[in-house]
Amino acid sequence: MRAIRGVTVSTLFIMGVSLTPATCSAQENAQALRQEMDQLRRDFEALRAQYDERLTGLEQRLATLEGAPPPKPPEAAAAQPTVQVPPGAAGAGGPAGALPVYGAGLAGSKIFNPDIAVIGDFLGAAGTNTVAPPPAFEMHESEASFQAVVDPYARADFFISFGESGVNLEEGYMTFTSLPGGLLTRVGKMRAAFGKVNTLHNHVLPWTDRPLVTQNLVGGEDGISDAGFSVARLIPNPWLFLEATGQVFRGDSGSETSPLYESSTRSDLSYVAHLRAYQDITEDSNVDVGFSYSTGHNGLPATPNAPETSTLTTSLYGIDATYRWRPLQRSIYRSFIGRSEVVWSRRDQPNGLQSGSGFYVSGDYQFARRWFAGARYDRSARAYNASLIDRGGSLTMTYWPSEFSQVRGQFRRTNYGTGEIANELLFQFQFSIGAHGAHPF
Amino acid sequence: MTFKCETTRALLAACLALLAGPALAQSKLNVVTSTEDLASIAREVGGDRITVEALARGYQDPHFVEAKPSFILKLQKADVLIAVGRELEIGWLPPLIQQSRNGKIQPGADGYLDASLTAEILEIPTGQITRAMGDVHPLGNPHYWLDPENGKRIARAIAEKISQLRAGDRPVFEQRLADFTTRLDAAERRWLAQMAPYKGTKMVTYHRSFPNFAERFGLDIVGYVEPRPGIPPTPQHTLDLVNEMKRQNVKLVLVEPYFDLKTPNAIGRDTGAQVLVVPPSVGGVKEVTDYFKLFDYDVSIVIDAIKKSGADK
Repeated sequence: MRAIRGVTVSTLFIMGVSLTPATCSAQENAQALRQEMDQLRRDFEALRAQYDERLTGLEQRLATLEGAPPPKPPEAAAAQPTVQVPPGAAGAGGPAGALPVYGAGLAGSKIFNPDIAVIGDFLGAAGTNTVAPPPAFEMHESEASFQAVVDPYARADFFISFGESGVNLEEGYMTFTSLPGGLLTRVGKMRAAFGKVNTLHNHVLPWTDRPLVTQNLVGGEDGISDAGFSVARLIPNPWLFLEATGQVFRGDSGSETSPLYESSTRSDLSYVAHLRAYQDITEDSNVDVGFSYSTGHNGLPATPNAPETSTLTTSLYGIDATYRWRPLQRSIYRSFIGRSEVVWSRRDQPNGLQSGSGFYVSGDYQFARRWFAGARYDRSARAYNASLIDRGGSLTMTYWPSEFSQVRGQFRRTNYGTGEIANELLFQFQFSIGAHGAHPF
Repeated sequence: MTFKCETTRALLAACLALLAGPALAQSKLNVVTSTEDLASIAREVGGDRITVEALARGYQDPHFVEAKPSFILKLQKADVLIAVGRELEIGWLPPLIQQSRNGKIQPGADGYLDASLTAEILEIPTGQITRAMGDVHPLGNPHYWLDPENGKRIARAIAEKISQLRAGDRPVFEQRLADFTTRLDAAERRWLAQMAPYKGTKMVTYHRSFPNFAERFGLDIVGYVEPRPGIPPTPQHTLDLVNEMKRQNVKLVLVEPYFDLKTPNAIGRDTGAQVLVVPPSVGGVKEVTDYFKLFDYDVSIVIDAIKKSGADK
């Protein structure tokens, strides 16, 4: 094709030259000839550019027809970016002329950046609560997530949550995705596989708060979340999905208002074991059941005179059950999730064993593409004093302007074990920017 | 002594049989696809040398499939995972792959195939992309399988991938690919001939599921029931759409089987347009059991509706 192009250009040139008038004087002739040649050269250049453009277009069309990706435009854009040596810096033995700029303008370097997203969680509250009043307005959490594949064997996920003041590594772990023996192994800081609510981040909960049983017995909002190892394995069987998880942590969990585990020595590790069974009932509905166990040191001295020697322990037992219904063909308009968790806590204290339990039961129904209504009943003893029993009930309504934001209102009534009654209206705005995350299941 | 020898031989044979058992069973490549369209094409290419199973059903919205643990069990045993790509499955497939404990099908591994890589992709956004545009797919429209030309490209990519993993069966796969391509070529000529008289017919679709279909068969999509991809219809947008349809005399509204018909029906009443449920996928309706039947069905119902609506006059 290039040969043809060359021939065309030279033929036109020769034709142009042969057409030059030969009747003027020699000098005029030469000048006119030069002008004409210049004109012709410009014409040829224009013609050539035009041909080049048409040829490139044709090549692209041909490539598209053959199913191959179109050829890339000339590499002008990919040229190494350069800068000039600053004035005054030349001549002192340093470099001269244009200098290459390293690490700039190379769009390819961004390809390996992790998927980044930020989720904002704004909470508001009205009404009365004398026991544990949430603030009127609060930018409760801004969670930044960074997720990417590390290498052919692992991926990494970081969730960093910013409060209005202070930062907390909510989770940060590496997952080995292809270990032999069907083991799914995680290393890092993570939310433990104790029940359901403990594994969920705030923004995927169907409520603005966490149930009383979590607040009282399972470490509050932070829950069992600690640094350690996790190993999960599918148990092969012909009937259902069965997954066993074993986790070992440093032994520090819970939040300031609801401490759970506290390690005093390096050997004060905490452990979590979880067995999950899942089965499709029909293609629209399924059931998910879990059994959990966790134990760790609670930081209370076994012998009041020698607090360093050994500390007492807390053990938790849990059962969780979830029923989901989502008709496949109308999955974006209708769904229902019914869920319950029961937790038993055995907390050793210097004044004796506190043995209490708690549970919640909740239902959330999606009645339109953007609308969800829900209800929850709570009842839980307090970990440090099992005779105090808090009860509560909530009604929620959630609206999704889009997949990336939601507005929620929740009416919550709590009868505290100490006699106080709280009636509150809580509301929440959640919004997500950045990479499209997975839908919660 | 003889007894001992025989026992040893029997034991050896048993051991060999045990070893050979899994090896023989393995010779059938286990292919899992994200959608039924890809499963249908994989079946055409792989024939009885492979087993194929799709995760999502054709009548569900492929953007919103639940990441059920039962899918993890299917992926755990897969030799190949074929995905539509272009972020169609971004909300559900990545967590399933991660939990599959199957190194073979992780993105980038030999057993992972993004079927979109060789296909012709439309609506690749240019300029700045923001979510103000709705749930926009930054890598282009992922509903590309609704063009038989892309069907052939997908088939070629699948044939290449499974031949790479089962080199011994390459001639079989090549033969089946050639056969599929020939049959699809013939069918495509038939569909094009059927649609030819209705070239340029204007229509509205619910979601942007049909750009490849429209381009191949010369249909003109002038608007969408959704104001933005993934954003449900709003009264103002519906009003604007009705006015635009009246102005351009649009007589056809195509709706995917998983969307609510309330707004499309209201638009139909206001404009006199036919509202037509058109499956964009194999399995979208009962009759559409494979990739050929998908076009057979869609082409025939679209033509019937055009005739009925009088849009061809």
